[in-house]
Amino acid sequence: MEPSSALFLNAVVSGLLLAGFYAAVAVGISISFGMLDVVNIAHPGFIILGSYTALIVHRWLGWDPILLSVVLSPLFFLLGMVLYRVYYVAFEKRGQESLRGLAFFFGILFITEVVLILIYGVDYQLVKTAYSETVWKLGPIDFPLRLLVPCIVSVAMVVGIQIFFNRTFFGRAVLAVAQDQLALRIMGVDPVRIKEFAFALSIATAGVAGAFLIVIQPVQPSIGREFIGLAFAICVLGGLGSLYGTLAGAVILGIAESFTSTYFGPSWAPAVSFGLLLLALAFRPAGLFGR
Amino acid sequence: MDFPKRRWLSRTALAAVALGLAGWIASAAAQEIKIGCGMALTGGLAANGKAALISMEIWAEDVNARGGLLGRKVRLICYDDQTNPATVPGIYSKLLDVDKVDLVVSGYGTNLIAPAMPIVMQRGLMFMTLFGLDVNSKFKYDRYFQIMPAGPDPAVDWSRGFFDIAGQLNPKPTTIALVGADAEYPWAALAGARFHAQRAGLKIVYDKTYPPNTVDYSPIVRAIQATNPDLVFVASYPPDTAGMVRAANEIGLKTRMFGGGMVGTQFAAFKTQLGPLLNGVVNYEFWTPENAGKLPYVSKFLVKYQQRAAKEKVDPLGYYLPPYSYAMMEVVEQAIEATKGLDQKKLAEYIHANEFVTVVGAIRFAKNGEWSKGRAMSVQYGGIKSNDLSEFQKPGINTILWPAEFKTGDLKAPFK
Repeated sequence: MEPSSALFLNAVVSGLLLAGFYAAVAVGISISFGMLDVVNIAHPGFIILGSYTALIVHRWLGWDPILLSVVLSPLFFLLGMVLYRVYYVAFEKRGQESLRGLAFFFGILFITEVVLILIYGVDYQLVKTAYSETVWKLGPIDFPLRLLVPCIVSVAMVVGIQIFFNRTFFGRAVLAVAQDQLALRIMGVDPVRIKEFAFALSIATAGVAGAFLIVIQPVQPSIGREFIGLAFAICVLGGLGSLYGTLAGAVILGIAESFTSTYFGPSWAPAVSFGLLLLALAFRPAGLFGR
Repeated sequence: MDFPKRRWLSRTALAAVALGLAGWIASAAAQEIKIGCGMALTGGLAANGKAALISMEIWAEDVNARGGLLGRKVRLICYDDQTNPATVPGIYSKLLDVDKVDLVVSGYGTNLIAPAMPIVMQRGLMFMTLFGLDVNSKFKYDRYFQIMPAGPDPAVDWSRGFFDIAGQLNPKPTTIALVGADAEYPWAALAGARFHAQRAGLKIVYDKTYPPNTVDYSPIVRAIQATNPDLVFVASYPPDTAGMVRAANEIGLKTRMFGGGMVGTQFAAFKTQLGPLLNGVVNYEFWTPENAGKLPYVSKFLVKYQQRAAKEKVDPLGYYLPPYSYAMMEVVEQAIEATKGLDQKKLAEYIHANEFVTVVGAIRFAKNGEWSKGRAMSVQYGGIKSNDLSEFQKPGINTILWPAEFKTGDLKAPFK
């Protein structure tokens, strides 16, 4: 194979692998922000909490951090339920969710970071798994497992959640709460309970995304903030509230980043990604899969 | 004596005691020498910032145990700059106007030193700085001093070792790729590398920067590989250093020398996380177990530092920044003792004119406030077999290639 075609194919594969991670980071925001109208700016904090939880339990039991994150996701789910209850009682119920709710989640973000610093210090942490340094090769194309494993689990997670939303009563209720809470109430469903469930699900995805992150790169307590802009861009590009849209947005921005880095220079990658976002919004203001 | 009168007397006595105590505290505080700084205690550079602050605290404890400076106790007042340059001017304004500090020193790193310069210059302060690369080339401030041993022409001297070693390769290299993060330090380091490349007649086949929040570095390394360079010079901060080293190993980057200006491989966290992936990398170090005998005071300091670092959960080795942040404060201490005061002009003049004996050895400053002679070593990592910390605590895995006075071996090329 010609070197240039190998470069092209590797750029495609790198973009897709990156997209898998980005989708995992963005899916929770798509649920909370896109479906529930809860501006959970603390989402990166929970991602980092997921990283440290995976790290600590991995050191304790020696299990794979990504497997651990799936096993421990009910804990994050419970954390999300508690957090939503507090948010609902303190802000949403009183109609003060817009600005004060935003401040609440900012506070949660800072508290999470400070607690992690106090307990684990500020040094960078990384988990080395059995496959961290393994690269599968298909001809000239490289598949580093530290990116491939998170990508596969991430796609399974996003598709699984979307299937759950489409095919179960509870899932359809989550989709309905995004559209018309009053109609849902008339049908005898408590929208607060549905939102609590969906918000908890979004926090559970953050825990899993955190485990991906600490397998991919070194982590310190405030590193999550670096992803918030990109995660929101993916959600908006894909269409708020659409999980397949989130996946599509992640693929577009992942491939755009990979191609820009390969062919034009990596410093242009953010400009190209956000340029694509602006272009897409000019033609489809609701995002690619938005209604 | 009736009861109300007794109560009145006891209250008066209590108030007098309280006033006396407050006066004593105020007078003690007024007698303290207050030294202020911003420091990265959270954010991307916090691991180093916290280690630097621990060293400064050790220095303050040592000085106070000796009776203080000019007979006055020393107190450090440091605020978290969050590794965010935007916070720095506000921190230094508060230190000077609210805390009324007597002296200021810088936080850690080029990005956090540059924003403090305008306010420091406006107030005419002597400014000791911690690991800024070539900051004063833009400000040309005569009271600026910098403790990292980069050399009198820091941007150029920084990569001198890498290019001197590359020049000894046979056959001589003809092409080079330059890559670094979009930030102050990498820009300065890359500018120096460009100077060396042009002087050596090397063709620059790749010269690009990347955003600091990049997740996957393999497209960058593949783009570099496509240009087939003889040398790859990388100027990176800790997370991207890890990303670049991992990507270079995953792809099997074929080049003769790789590294140069990567921040991160000097700390325990990254040494242990990368482990054998570091083999073959050529990078800078300031102290390694291999040259411990030539810098004996560093070893003594490290014993003290490492005890504290374990408690504070920061770099358990401390080979990189901690000895130099201690040395920075020693320079300030010696200048104050010699000038017998806190006059900023006299302090700056004294530091320019004299040599200082510190834990990192003797230091003399050049006219621009940098070390008059650089002492950054170029080291090639090799023979690392595990990710265990103990492997990095004993000699054997660092081959010091440059400068000649510390040299322990020759370069092994190619990189992989």
